[in-house]
Amino acid sequence: MTTESLSTSATRSAAEATPKARSAFRFNGGSLTLGLYLFFLVLPIYWLVVMSLKTNAEINSGMTLWPREITFDNYRTIFTDPSWYSGYINSLTYVVMNTVISITLALPAAYAFSRYRFLGDKHLFFWLLSNRMAPPAIFALPFFNLYSAIGLFDTPLAVALAHCLFNVPLAVWILEGFMSGVPREIDETAYLDGYSFPRFFVRIFTPIIANGIGVTAFFCFMFSWVELLLARTLTTVNAKPIAATMTRTVSAAGMDWGLLAAAGVLTLIPGALVIWFVRNYIAKGFALGRV
Amino acid sequence: MGLVLDRVRRDVGALTHIHETTLRLPPGTMTVLLGATLAGKTSLMRLMAGLDRPTSGRILVEENGRERDVTGLPVRERSVAMVYQQFINYPNLSVFENIASPLRVKGLPKAEIDGKVRAMARLMQLESFLDRMPLNLSGGQQQRTAMARALIKGADLVLLDEPLANLDYKLREELREELPRIVRMSNATVVYATTEPQEALLLGSHTATLWQGRVTQYGPSAEVYRRPQDLITARIFSDPPLNLLPVTKTGAEILLPDGSKAPATGALTGLADGDYQLGFRAHQLGLRAPAGTSLHFDGKVVVSEIAGSESFVHVECSGGRWVALASGVYRLEPGTPIAVHIEPTTVFVFDSAGKLAHAPAFLSAA
Repeated sequence: MTTESLSTSATRSAAEATPKARSAFRFNGGSLTLGLYLFFLVLPIYWLVVMSLKTNAEINSGMTLWPREITFDNYRTIFTDPSWYSGYINSLTYVVMNTVISITLALPAAYAFSRYRFLGDKHLFFWLLSNRMAPPAIFALPFFNLYSAIGLFDTPLAVALAHCLFNVPLAVWILEGFMSGVPREIDETAYLDGYSFPRFFVRIFTPIIANGIGVTAFFCFMFSWVELLLARTLTTVNAKPIAATMTRTVSAAGMDWGLLAAAGVLTLIPGALVIWFVRNYIAKGFALGRV
Repeated sequence: MGLVLDRVRRDVGALTHIHETTLRLPPGTMTVLLGATLAGKTSLMRLMAGLDRPTSGRILVEENGRERDVTGLPVRERSVAMVYQQFINYPNLSVFENIASPLRVKGLPKAEIDGKVRAMARLMQLESFLDRMPLNLSGGQQQRTAMARALIKGADLVLLDEPLANLDYKLREELREELPRIVRMSNATVVYATTEPQEALLLGSHTATLWQGRVTQYGPSAEVYRRPQDLITARIFSDPPLNLLPVTKTGAEILLPDGSKAPATGALTGLADGDYQLGFRAHQLGLRAPAGTSLHFDGKVVVSEIAGSESFVHVECSGGRWVALASGVYRLEPGTPIAVHIEPTTVFVFDSAGKLAHAPAFLSAA
């Protein structure tokens, strides 16, 4: 009796709700909160983009919501002046190098942690992550000294290797999560089928965890891309990253706001692009592959 | 190819997963490993496959009367195939590629692979799914894919680890019927693990019963069923569970648990005085009094389960809690008084150490 009346009322309310929800967008507490949140989230990005399209004179003259006259001079400067665009090239070079190195090293390591039990494996695994927690500033000085001594200083490789410090552990953790989601029996079936380990790893295992590799690559890319301290400390001229270039734009004429904003916009783009590619798997990545 | 386990033992840490076991599986036979979960069926299979290494003992392969030690030989150098209880396929490969995988590794020519895969797919009724990805198939189709892959390489030893356990009833029946036929065609030595005594009787030419990491008995299935060497084997090989009645024999009488006495007839006549356990399967416990002498107990119905045209009646009486198989539909309310009868000629008798002291001469199959 009770269940019956409950179910009928549920059906009725569902029948009522459907046309209303379809009819129009209604303002309520939820959408207002969400709207405000999105507004504050987008505001700085909007401001940055608008600023990059203004002249310095307009930026300094007061607040305008929309540029009085749109100028692309700032972008033109960046794409034509080698001291600017080489910053992007340098940054991309070491970021890609770092991503490749991190994944290449982390794949076998993660496989070992995922599949084998060995002395101290759990401690070692946790210790890896604790590396991720140490502030990079601690390592800036030893890296600076070491790289100067062996002639790596001011090369993209120097930064790429330095970033491995936190990206390799992270990659191992994420990949281990994804790998542990693949039943061990798959490995055994492959061996029973006659696969050798390298062949199995390349032909069977890697494609299965392709999503995981994509997400890991994204995280390595992002963390290396946004890291400033080590990148700036370990480079001077030849491998100077874009973030460092941006912090050195104070000239005799004062701050070049418009140019800086344009550089900022361009710095956002690679990250946004990469996020687009892994958008479906990113939550799993944040959970270190353990969802 | 025959398989010989020679005093094989496997320890993991401080635990012994498989106690010292010696087994000789003749070439081309099908052996059912029967035992409850955690009895060591999978552990034993992994040793046979070479996925795990025995702590001690040797694993030998018998070919043309000659034995070859394969202990420690990597799996991929052995002629072994295995199907797991979980449906294990390569999720990134199509059904066709999954089945073809062992042949591709062998480096067979394309046309030959194509022909073999299609023939195997026909046998497994997978023809219309060859282009699909395994995860888009039903459980039964996935498991058939896994079996096809295991059988296609023509391995000498095929290990099936509860392959039907995760399938629904209908499919299980179907595959169970097909399996012996497929196995006979493959000419391989097959080992099949299951928890169900029924399957052992239906499938296996031989049965090995497992209990806590030990093989308690190995032999032709019907013989293990009819003459279990000990109480443990009898219990493993009984579904519903074996009914037990502890008795003490003194002279021509037996003392029952409720303190009453009965004449020692049937199976008990020739035995020495002492404590015994009478074991009888559900079909050996009757609801109607048999023609000859019988032990009868008054009790109460605990529950009655109707299985089609038969009923399993669970009875609580002075002898213990028993299950009786009755042909016909019995709708009995819990608590109903009921009398059950045991024919002393048809029971197993186990001595105080659990060894078989007497088996009934003839048993109709369950």
